[in-house]
Amino acid sequence: MNTFFTAFLDNLPQVLSGLGVTAESTVLGALVAGVLAFVLGLMAGHRNIVVRGVSRTVVEFFRGTSLYVQLFWLYFALPLLTGYQLSALFCGVVAFGLNFGAYGSEVVRGGISAVPRAQWEAAVALNLSPYQRMRRVILPQALAQMIPSFTNLLIQLLKATPLLWLISAADLMTVIQQLRDRTGESLVAYLTLLVFYFVLAYVLTLLMNLLERAAKARLGEHTGTRGLLRSRSAAAAESVPVVPGGAS
Amino acid sequence: MATDPLEKTPGSTPGSAPPGAPAGAAPAADSPSPSAPAATATADAVPGQRSDTPMIRFEQVEKRYGDHVVLDKLDFEVRRGEHVTLIGPSGSGKTTILRLLMTLERLSGGVIWVGGEPLSHARTPGGGLKPATEKQLRASRRKIGMVFQQFNLFPNMNVLRNITEAPISVLGLERDEAEARARELLELVGLGDRVDAHPTQLSGGQQQRVAIARALAMRPDVLLLDEVTSALDPELVAGVLDLLRQIAHDTDITMLCVTHEMSFARDVSDQVLMFDAGRIVEQGTPEKIFTAPEHRRTREFLNAVL
Repeated sequence: MNTFFTAFLDNLPQVLSGLGVTAESTVLGALVAGVLAFVLGLMAGHRNIVVRGVSRTVVEFFRGTSLYVQLFWLYFALPLLTGYQLSALFCGVVAFGLNFGAYGSEVVRGGISAVPRAQWEAAVALNLSPYQRMRRVILPQALAQMIPSFTNLLIQLLKATPLLWLISAADLMTVIQQLRDRTGESLVAYLTLLVFYFVLAYVLTLLMNLLERAAKARLGEHTGTRGLLRSRSAAAAESVPVVPGGAS
Repeated sequence: MATDPLEKTPGSTPGSAPPGAPAGAAPAADSPSPSAPAATATADAVPGQRSDTPMIRFEQVEKRYGDHVVLDKLDFEVRRGEHVTLIGPSGSGKTTILRLLMTLERLSGGVIWVGGEPLSHARTPGGGLKPATEKQLRASRRKIGMVFQQFNLFPNMNVLRNITEAPISVLGLERDEAEARARELLELVGLGDRVDAHPTQLSGGQQQRVAIARALAMRPDVLLLDEVTSALDPELVAGVLDLLRQIAHDTDITMLCVTHEMSFARDVSDQVLMFDAGRIVEQGTPEKIFTAPEHRRTREFLNAVL
């Protein structure tokens, strides 16, 4: 056990750099996924059937093909077609973004359709344009409902980043694997990984809970501090919103 | 009354029907004189003595869901500044009329005219009518405001923002101007001290007053009131009805109310329309409808609710 920790401390710069790569690919992947989720999710509710169809096709494609395979395609197969090698981190961010963006679009679509019809009607009665209805009335309300599901996806994204090891990006997984290979201490090495990912995931959960609380406070739903520490999405149980105009 | 919050913006009062009114429009003389709100309480409440294009005219209006007929070839008119109450049993089509006027539902047949213009149709070069585009619907909606049974305030905005949002983003008012006007309207509805409150901090009656202020902030010509007291606790109903009486009395706004509050209907209405099964079975002044109803269905209905 001591040999592993000695190696760990000796290689602390590499470990921290690995942690950085994991964090970077998680955050950038989540940003790409978030943008894509809103674009595809809004397209899914569009009047025009062609726009809806494009969204549906993209979502089904990236949801229905393995993240592994998408990653390998970008890193190993695409260079054969284009003659241009993309960096491992870039491939990771793109693959995570596309894959989780596809899942996220369903969250966006569901969040929007969960806003009571009465809110749309009130916005029409005030003569807001279709864009203003969405931007000023519907999305701010839908967002609060989307956050618990986004939290789940974000954590899944974090836990998908060890796949970067397969395309030799120097992420946390890769660095610890190398230490394990060098010391032969599988038990401690993998325990260390468990702890690292758990702590990272919990930090993300806390941040997202804060975000959810702020979003709900804006809708006049105040939740206690205790709710911040919960790690499981309480979306189903808690978020039946008591909003004015909820029933119609 | 320079600061009267209900005063129309200069120039925003639509004139009477433009020249070349459609052949189907009412054969009214196009008097350019402003409609006289004071006249509504006098004898010309009898339909047929119009001196102006009707504010609202339903022409053979139909609404069907599949085989279910909600409105059956409906014809009626509302004059400018008139207060009309729609009464009748549930499912008789009253609310559907308001929803059609607010363009929340599509017509199955017929035409609705508002201020001499087709509401949810556009004129074709050949003189016919075709369904309106969203852009054309937005032009139509400028004239109309609606207050809902469930208030439908926006929970992502405070009281002030609920009222100023549409005037700023739709009418293009400056924020200062919109907020000043919103404060005046909140004073009018008795909530001048709740400007910064969140809708969830208000009682149902207060929320409904905010909703009324929100609708008035858009300076509509026509105000649609869809069972606005039905969701309120009994002790809050009177306050909201008093406010509406005041608005009906002090302004020249055209009002269409769907209500089960018969004493209110009696007080404010110039005309009462009794609906049953998607048709008007009887119409007339409140005195006639409430004291000497002619139709059997009207008598049955009034006996049940009074």
